[in-house]
Amino acid sequence: MTPTSTIDDSAQEAPPPVNMAALARARRQRILAWVLPVATIALAVGLWEFLVWYHEVPHYLIPAPSLIWSTLLAEGPSLMQSAWFTVRLTFFSLALAIIGGVVLGALFALSRPVEMSLFPFAVILQVTPIVAIAPLILIYVHNTFTALLICAWLVAFFPILSNTVVGLRSTDHNLRDLFSLYRATPWQRLRHLLSPSALPYFMAALKIAGGLSLIGAVVAEFVAGATGTNTGLASRIIESSFRNEIPKMFAALVLVSLMGVAIFLMTSLASKLVLGRWHESEIKRET
Amino acid sequence: MTSRTSAETRPSKTGAPLIRMERVRKEFGRDIVAVSDMSLTIERGDFISFLGPSGCGKSTALRMIAGLLPITAGHIDIAPSQTDTEHDLGFVFQEPTLMPWATVFENVWLPLRLAGLSRTAASDRVRAALVEVGLSRFENAYPRELSGGMKMRVSIARGLVTRPRILLMDEPFAALDEMTRTKLNNDVIRLATEHDLTVIFVTHSVYEAVYLSNRIAVMAARPGRVVADLTVNAPWPRGEEYRVSPEFSAEAKRVSTILKGTLDDADIDH
Repeated sequence: MTPTSTIDDSAQEAPPPVNMAALARARRQRILAWVLPVATIALAVGLWEFLVWYHEVPHYLIPAPSLIWSTLLAEGPSLMQSAWFTVRLTFFSLALAIIGGVVLGALFALSRPVEMSLFPFAVILQVTPIVAIAPLILIYVHNTFTALLICAWLVAFFPILSNTVVGLRSTDHNLRDLFSLYRATPWQRLRHLLSPSALPYFMAALKIAGGLSLIGAVVAEFVAGATGTNTGLASRIIESSFRNEIPKMFAALVLVSLMGVAIFLMTSLASKLVLGRWHESEIKRET
Repeated sequence: MTSRTSAETRPSKTGAPLIRMERVRKEFGRDIVAVSDMSLTIERGDFISFLGPSGCGKSTALRMIAGLLPITAGHIDIAPSQTDTEHDLGFVFQEPTLMPWATVFENVWLPLRLAGLSRTAASDRVRAALVEVGLSRFENAYPRELSGGMKMRVSIARGLVTRPRILLMDEPFAALDEMTRTKLNNDVIRLATEHDLTVIFVTHSVYEAVYLSNRIAVMAARPGRVVADLTVNAPWPRGEEYRVSPEFSAEAKRVSTILKGTLDDADIDH
């Protein structure tokens, strides 16, 4: 039985013959899904290297990928220390966004007055650009990491809150009635009905919030202009910019991009694990 | 006015009133009267269909009996259970209404789970319910892997797993193809007989109502009300031979004629 097949009474006695052509086609698709993007990126990097070499572009304008790679190796320990700072900032802010968004979302979904009272604040915080709020936060909060954490959290928090509320409110009304009929307690309703119903919405928000928490962390650090050893990749980029160390700037950028890709892959994998067996958004369809 | 036309043919367990609806009224907002002055007594062992056009308040009446909708006026009494049945009512919705994130087993387990029974404690009863609807081999399947008819059978198994006295069915087979519908009609008759169920079945199909029921409450719209309470003259339990018999055709024609007459009168009145 394939994940998308439909069981029917008539189809139970003997398994259908295996369609070898379809299996081969599916295998080819799986391989292509990896090979194509990797090949395209490799081609783009190769073209970049060639054009820089061919036109003799100075490294302080556009460095060749090979120079960026060697800079990455040479500056490795310093850059990795900064990367670890940004990773911690990103994941702490994402974790806080999840906790805050889900708890507040559940409160909003359970109580209209709470939602009506607090939702305007959430919207104001969301629509006000973080670069405008960050200087104030940096004034009021003396610990730099905490201040950056608040900035990144503010950016990542809203999608989780918004989608959690929509998800909790999108429960099938017949299923709600069924739970009423069987006299489910509020806790049973939350655990067995509302939470699973909201999961697809939450997972979609997590994918957005994952990227936003990284963006928030980087932007906040840019605004803070933090310097010193205990700082993130944004600080390395600012420093490199001041010193005209363009290859180092690119090396830090590569690390930020790789972190973004890693976050996207992790949130996508989490979504697949949680929803893969039952939700349309993660079910693979045969073509 | 309600009128019963002939003696019952389905043997009742006691013949005692099980559900009594007295002058039940349901309003939505200020202007919409969904059900008006509905009075009906349903006896233990009855298989009664609420038959009528869309918007006549059939489903609203069913939901009020289930306690899913508050009553605006009047009252509904359900005789207290004399057994240790955990839940009096089973409900089968128009859609299968299954939890897509849960397996067939988990969906059927739900009413028992909400009553506090663990998976292990409930497993015998869940499996027994699945056997009764012919889905014992699919307990680990997810709803999306099942056909429409099979989903509906899971829904019926869930309705029966608490061993209720009363099964409420809200146009459960309306979206199914004719063959599946026929098959499920027979399943419902078998289950109602085996479990001594009192069934209230909402439908807009005269043929389905005649095939399944020993009583038909004909309802009219604007406002929703019972305009005839008919008894179906046919042996019980029924099978395919009844569906193709001249008696079935004659009974369906009789009910159709009464339905048309009562609805025409209702339209003139309102």
